[in-house]
Amino acid sequence: MTDRVGIVAVAQIGHDYAVDKNLREICYEVTKDILSQVEMEREDLGTIISSSSDHWQGISCSNSYYYEAIGAYLKNSSKAPEDSAFAFLYGMMRIMTGHFDTALVHAVTKGSEIPGVSTLTNLYADPFIQRPVGLDDVSTAALQAVEYMDRYKITEEHAAKVVAKNRGNGLNNPYALKERVSVEDVLKSQIMAYPLKKLDCAPSSDGTCALLLASEEKTRELTDNPVWIKGIGWEVDHTYFGDRDLLNGSLRKAAKRAYNMAGIEPKEIDVAEICEPYSFQELLWCEQLGFCPEGKGGKLIDEGVTEMSGELPVNPSGGVLSNNPYVARGLFRIVEGALQVMGKAGKRQVPDVETALAHSTHGFAGQLHSVIILEG
Amino acid sequence: MAEEYKSIKEEIHLPYKWALGPVFTKFFENFKEKKIMGTKCPKCHRVLIPARRFCPRCFVDTDEWVQVSNEGTVRTWSLVNFEYSGQVKKPPYVQGLIDLDGADTALAHFIGGIDLSDLEKVPEQVKIGMRVKARWKENREGNILDIEYFEPKEEL
Repeated sequence: MTDRVGIVAVAQIGHDYAVDKNLREICYEVTKDILSQVEMEREDLGTIISSSSDHWQGISCSNSYYYEAIGAYLKNSSKAPEDSAFAFLYGMMRIMTGHFDTALVHAVTKGSEIPGVSTLTNLYADPFIQRPVGLDDVSTAALQAVEYMDRYKITEEHAAKVVAKNRGNGLNNPYALKERVSVEDVLKSQIMAYPLKKLDCAPSSDGTCALLLASEEKTRELTDNPVWIKGIGWEVDHTYFGDRDLLNGSLRKAAKRAYNMAGIEPKEIDVAEICEPYSFQELLWCEQLGFCPEGKGGKLIDEGVTEMSGELPVNPSGGVLSNNPYVARGLFRIVEGALQVMGKAGKRQVPDVETALAHSTHGFAGQLHSVIILEG
Repeated sequence: MAEEYKSIKEEIHLPYKWALGPVFTKFFENFKEKKIMGTKCPKCHRVLIPARRFCPRCFVDTDEWVQVSNEGTVRTWSLVNFEYSGQVKKPPYVQGLIDLDGADTALAHFIGGIDLSDLEKVPEQVKIGMRVKARWKENREGNILDIEYFEPKEEL
């Protein structure tokens, strides 16, 4: 049994490159990228965990279509559907069993090939109570936003500043959407679901990413620049939307578990990659991750704390607002967090990162949250 | 220049039939009488809407049916103004979470009776804390849409 699990290598493919390629081809390329970084052959891989979704691919048993493309032919391979952060946790646990000394963790979604986010997420709602009244990803986020803004006097401008920041950061990320938008642009964009405008909502992207996990011994053998998993936590909220407290859900608990396991306080985080498919959620999640007091998300963005030049840069990659391959987006956050710790994040690198936090969320308005703390 | 690669298209239609089970059957049968009934948890004493077999927190059987009011308070709301394939209603429309009097959980539903001719003015008409009441359909079939929507209650 290994005491620690390390991240040895990461790779990603963004929307522009992926959009006209077959899904198997991009999965193959991202896997080859990982293997070449560590000079390993397919045969050397221990276990392979992938994340994708039948609905988000249009092919049932989604991974069966591409599993050979991620090197899994005649190997011990499995899938964690819907939220790719779970693939990461599954891969880590498989290494901790002692059965494997390496695990390739992979995720893929091609947003350009499938029905839109609202069409697919209305199917998340049960067919008896919530689907017929039209709950979907966007409208549930809007219901959360109205309550958040009302209770804490968060404004549409505060939310728009998140978009301007993240889309600006995205210009430095070769895998993200590259189009600067201003606060004004966001406020003027079409109302999707009040108070959310079109630019408050993440795009639907194509993308795949992968990382190689290894036991402590194997990590040291494969790299002299390891990233260690220091803390993990995850929690899930109620099925019925009206059972939930939309402003105090499962994230605080997930974060507390991760911080306790890592033995650190939120103030020790140097950079965070968090999952903000809707602008205002970055502010709400920052509060619940302990980066600012409750209700002070607006002040956090006003004071520039989460800017690249700020005390705690949030989403240097541009976040989900700049790159949203739906199922894969959580693993993308972990990949970006690992790159920051490795010091290999290129133009989006935050100086002197020792500790990074990666966050993933899935389901309506943050029904499920995962928090992962990484250290050098 | 990159070559232009081709793609193929397909639409998938899959028929499903889902059993309501005893609790939802009773819940919706009561809709025909314009009654909204929740079930009560014997441990935490919450009245749960929609009615259900068990309390998800205490994980015990609910043991009592309790009628809740057709009136309630808007906990939060949104104005949906975009279209998507498979959408249940043509936008624009207003959705909300309604805390019915006598219930401890909110119900997600439509809010109607709102003037949608100028969308900018909708936030002046719909507010958190607003009192609403169920507007029932004339011909009720025993499903969630027997409530057409919740409409603002005229306060005297």
